[in-house]
Amino acid sequence: MSFLIDSSIMVTSQVLFFGFGWLFFMRQLFKDYEVRQYVVQVIFSVTFAFSCTMFELIIFEILGVLNSSSRYFHWKLNLCVILLILVFMVPFYIGYFIVSNIRLLHRQRLLFSCGLWLTFMYFFWKLGDPFPILSPKHGILSIEQLISRVGVIGVTLMALLSGFGAVNCPYTYMSYFLRNVTDTDILALERRLLQTMDMIISKKKRIAMARRNLFQKGEVNNKPSGFWGMIKSVTTSAPGSENLTLIQQEVDALEELSRQLFLETVDLYATKERIEYSKTFKGKYFNFLGYFFSIYCVWKIFMATINIVFDRVGKTDPVTRGIEITVNYLGIQFDVKFWSQHISFILVGIIIVTSIRGLLITLTKFFYAISSSKSSNVIVLLLAQIMGMYFVSSVLLIRMSMPLEYRTIITEVLGELQFNFYHRWFDVIFLVSALSSILFLYLAHKQAPEKHMTP
Amino acid sequence: MASLDRVKVLVLGDSGVGKSSLVHLLCQNQVLGNPSWTVGCSVDVRVHDYKEGTPEEKTFYIELWDVGGSVGGASSVKSTRAVFFNSVNGIILVHDLTNKKSSQNLYRWSLEAVNRDLVPSGVLVTNGDYDREQFADNQIPLLVIGTKLDQIHEAKRNEVLTRIAFLAEDFNAEEINLDCTNPRYLAAGSSNAVKLSRFFDKVIEKRYFIRDGNQMPGFPDRKRFGGGVLKNLHYD
Repeated sequence: MSFLIDSSIMVTSQVLFFGFGWLFFMRQLFKDYEVRQYVVQVIFSVTFAFSCTMFELIIFEILGVLNSSSRYFHWKLNLCVILLILVFMVPFYIGYFIVSNIRLLHRQRLLFSCGLWLTFMYFFWKLGDPFPILSPKHGILSIEQLISRVGVIGVTLMALLSGFGAVNCPYTYMSYFLRNVTDTDILALERRLLQTMDMIISKKKRIAMARRNLFQKGEVNNKPSGFWGMIKSVTTSAPGSENLTLIQQEVDALEELSRQLFLETVDLYATKERIEYSKTFKGKYFNFLGYFFSIYCVWKIFMATINIVFDRVGKTDPVTRGIEITVNYLGIQFDVKFWSQHISFILVGIIIVTSIRGLLITLTKFFYAISSSKSSNVIVLLLAQIMGMYFVSSVLLIRMSMPLEYRTIITEVLGELQFNFYHRWFDVIFLVSALSSILFLYLAHKQAPEKHMTP
Repeated sequence: MASLDRVKVLVLGDSGVGKSSLVHLLCQNQVLGNPSWTVGCSVDVRVHDYKEGTPEEKTFYIELWDVGGSVGGASSVKSTRAVFFNSVNGIILVHDLTNKKSSQNLYRWSLEAVNRDLVPSGVLVTNGDYDREQFADNQIPLLVIGTKLDQIHEAKRNEVLTRIAFLAEDFNAEEINLDCTNPRYLAAGSSNAVKLSRFFDKVIEKRYFIRDGNQMPGFPDRKRFGGGVLKNLHYD
């Protein structure tokens, strides 16, 4: 009986998450595009719903809500469904939509998308070989095999995003890095842009007029035909046709220049807006946060290095350690069991919420930047795949932040994975990502001011 | 000096509707082989015979400014785009017949272009929603072009065309529906070609011939008007 009640609660919450994912898709991601294939929207919302359910189960675990056997059952069910989606459905549909875009292969769409999916599966399987993630006693199609591979990809993604985010966050928040842009700079650049457009126009007018004259004289399609024609074309060429190719080349160069000037102007406007924003109250607050985050970022890089160098993996979670410190050093006595439950609930809750929110915002920004009306379906599915893998590996890593008694459910459900490996892998990728982001931002920052030196 | 003798027509629309293909078709009379993303603005020039076939025939250069981007973009992109919307003589609004959103976005596009060029006769407060009264005042000729006609099924064609007719009525503009990969839609003598010609004639008229009821171009800066086409060649 209680199992039915628990299941109905789970199903209701899943429907709620599904609705939220649907709304997010319609209002945020696809607000400038038209949804023609509802399959994409459904898949995205389903992935989102099941990912959120996993987090919900963790919270229930900590709070002790619902029957523990029904929790276990739902864990297993949820995991199976998510793996099914991430490994079978989404990659297949990605292949299908990619193939649909290519006109040539339109006929045998299904065939080619199956082929693509099989290639994906092959590489996906091969991915597991170089990593010491499994003990060899598991079968081929067990959950552990799939989860371990999904976990590797997901952890890599998480570490890449974390590394870049940790460096980019202080860079964007702090106004120390803002280049100085004045209105005159922008006006000068705009004037150059318009002048370039004028030059392009005048050259194109010449080409158009010359072409029209040729057409009226009936010489437009006079390609030299035959052997004698070729000899003739070498010695005498139609008057002005050489000039045309020359002018066309100049036009191409000018068009390239106009594109660069446009992008630079956009950049200057964006910087000017950021400068204005930094003068407001909110901007100053973010500036202060930026200093705080830069210290946090440096500390994290330091810790990651230490972890790798000294081959150290934390044994206790921060909550228990914090409580130990307060009890032992500060002499404050309180009910450890009670408080550890609530504090870990809050901590894990915060981690979950910020990571979901951060991921959705990053996905949205990414989507706006690179999608076009042709590729929007493929990109959304890719994002759904990334989101699913990210959430699955969050579950893996979150285990570290939870006290021992709550870790058991994850260990039980996910089987005997080498959790320590994942943490080590996270540290390595985080370090690599953070350092290369620093290098990248440094180079970008260095290069930009020199461009605006007006001669 | 660069603003004399200039007939500037903007080509606006969402990304991916086919503006670059359309402009290429209008100016080069050829189909664009490899359409790629337009960054910023690309310009092309069409040689147009004003009042063709009559004794008052004159040749003009019409500049087609194809401004790329999406209507909901970052404000820094919008500010940069605004620099192209100066002194516009005509606007061609392009939308994709297979994509309803692109037709709806035309309202926002036209507001963005028209507001930029507004005569500073007061503060214009707009929340971005379409308001027909703002267009009652609008002097700039508009033309609505729908692309990818070939991708619409015969069965749905009527429904789509009715919807587009309403759209064109809202803008008080003519409408043309075509497929940019097929030049026969704009073949000489077809109704589309006639509409296009009429639109360009209207643009040129508004620019050069109608000045607050004044029919003759009697201003000092119109001195070069009689020189017409030849003078433009020495433009560099």
